[in-house]
Amino acid sequence: MLEIRGLSKSFGGVKATDNVSLDFADGSLTAVIGPNGAGKSTFFNLITGALRPDAGQILLNGVDMAGRTPPEIVRHGIGRAFQIASIFPSLTVEETMLAAVGADQRRAGVMHRRFPLPETRDRAEHAMELLGLAGKRNRTAATLSHGDQKLLDIALALVLDPKVLLLDEPTAGMGTEERWRMIDKVRELWEKQKITVVFIEHDMDIVFKIAPEIVVLCYGRILATGTPDAIRRNEAVIEAYLGSDDHAGAVA
Amino acid sequence: MTELQAGQSAQPLEVPRIDARPQRYRDVLIALVAFVLLALLPMLFGSKQLLDFVIRCAAYGLFATSLNLLVGYTGLISFGHGMFFGLGAYGFGLMMQKTGVPIPVAFVATLAMTLVVAVVIGAICVRLKEIYFAFVTLAFQMLIHSTILSWQSLTGGDQGLRGGIPRPSFLGIDLSNHLHLYITSCALLVIGLFLMRQIAQSPFGYTLRMIRDNATRASFIGIDVWRAKLVIFVLAALFAATGGMIMALFVSGAYPEFAYWTISGEGIFINMLGGVTTFLGPMVGTVLLLILNDTVTRLTEYHGIVLGVVILFFAIGLRKGLMDFVVEWFAQRRGEERG
Repeated sequence: MLEIRGLSKSFGGVKATDNVSLDFADGSLTAVIGPNGAGKSTFFNLITGALRPDAGQILLNGVDMAGRTPPEIVRHGIGRAFQIASIFPSLTVEETMLAAVGADQRRAGVMHRRFPLPETRDRAEHAMELLGLAGKRNRTAATLSHGDQKLLDIALALVLDPKVLLLDEPTAGMGTEERWRMIDKVRELWEKQKITVVFIEHDMDIVFKIAPEIVVLCYGRILATGTPDAIRRNEAVIEAYLGSDDHAGAVA
Repeated sequence: MTELQAGQSAQPLEVPRIDARPQRYRDVLIALVAFVLLALLPMLFGSKQLLDFVIRCAAYGLFATSLNLLVGYTGLISFGHGMFFGLGAYGFGLMMQKTGVPIPVAFVATLAMTLVVAVVIGAICVRLKEIYFAFVTLAFQMLIHSTILSWQSLTGGDQGLRGGIPRPSFLGIDLSNHLHLYITSCALLVIGLFLMRQIAQSPFGYTLRMIRDNATRASFIGIDVWRAKLVIFVLAALFAATGGMIMALFVSGAYPEFAYWTISGEGIFINMLGGVTTFLGPMVGTVLLLILNDTVTRLTEYHGIVLGVVILFFAIGLRKGLMDFVVEWFAQRRGEERG
């Protein structure tokens, strides 16, 4: 269970995250939406340690993550993927997966062992299968298509067996058809892996279709939380974000 | 489709397994063959100059290959790696001159001293970004060089460690005997390269590649980037110091030039010549540079100009080292045959 308590972060005078408190239940799938500059990415950066919160707690199963470094937080089980695919351009897909698992296992400190360790294979294989990258195992990451690079980025987070997976706009920069394929993949991962998934998404059709839970951020604050139906009917959300016409009309 | 069928079709295809163990045996085999060939060399060619050449290749080769662990594998461009070459030479020379301990003891003690110095300097440097890292390592190199120059009572200042380094025999090995020195240098070279190869191919070696490619992403999969950088910085320093010790044994002394920044420059030069994308690139570069050095200095006193032209050819003409070029050429040919 991931509990956020009173999380705040300011840049100069701007409150990018303003006293945010949220609960993400184990195995939940939550979409974070909000207009540009609402503080969605800052929110992710605070949870994963890329930014240090000014105040507040980030409790993963009761352990506070606030103020820890990214590697520590990852080891506690919060993995993330990036808005712009963040990969290792010169490694192949397979090497990337094996190296990530290898780094994860090496914490005990084995340098004398030859890469790849036999027991890393199963985990790497599993992650490649899940994301449909097994057929491209020998491709260098830099030569993959944009969509495959995004999948590889997610695979990097997933191969470490996280408890919570944060996806910063998994469909960013994709065409409509590709978006749906990606989001189906995200949903499939969530169903198969039974982990807590939180993702940022701009496309309302996608959000309302697949996310059981939605969080709406605006000016760093929580505007609303709830099921797609509740969000659609929420007056404040309609005013701030959705606009009063099509989406509200669709429900009515 | 029933669920059972779906499960069956999802069975992963049998993938060719790159097994870890045979690769290591292969490395051991290559190392043994290389050592035997080097050891047979004196029987085939009696030339003392050739053996001297190989000893110098061993010293510079260990140094340059260890620099490649930083430059090529981790993306740390050190302009001060030569300080550890100098430290190795001086540490070992002084230990032998002042204390008279057996050679293996001095060898290990020098490595221990290098380790301590490298941890301190590395802890300061590896947190810095590219260009700052390069220049702060250079600054430390100059600091060590100045210390050697000004601490005359200990180091002999600009005259270096003179009067020869005592080389008492141990375990039946007499390093004042030219052939014994040759064999020992070859053994150190082969063992050093083998160990560095194992580091490069270990999970840790792949951690280094990830840091080189994308350090931010590496930290978000749980890697302590600065710690990994510090570890490789220290390990590389140890191999560079070993090169310095071979050099000190070879010339039976140590001179301030061993710790001057030009040694670091030569290391970078060698890596550019040989190429940083293959493990043996720096070794090839070492042989190239030493041949160039020896032949050009014999022909002209303006050898600096010739070496400058050569480096320009590699940097601007090929845009890669010799080994990079060769490997790419083979890969291309194989691709054409298949296509």
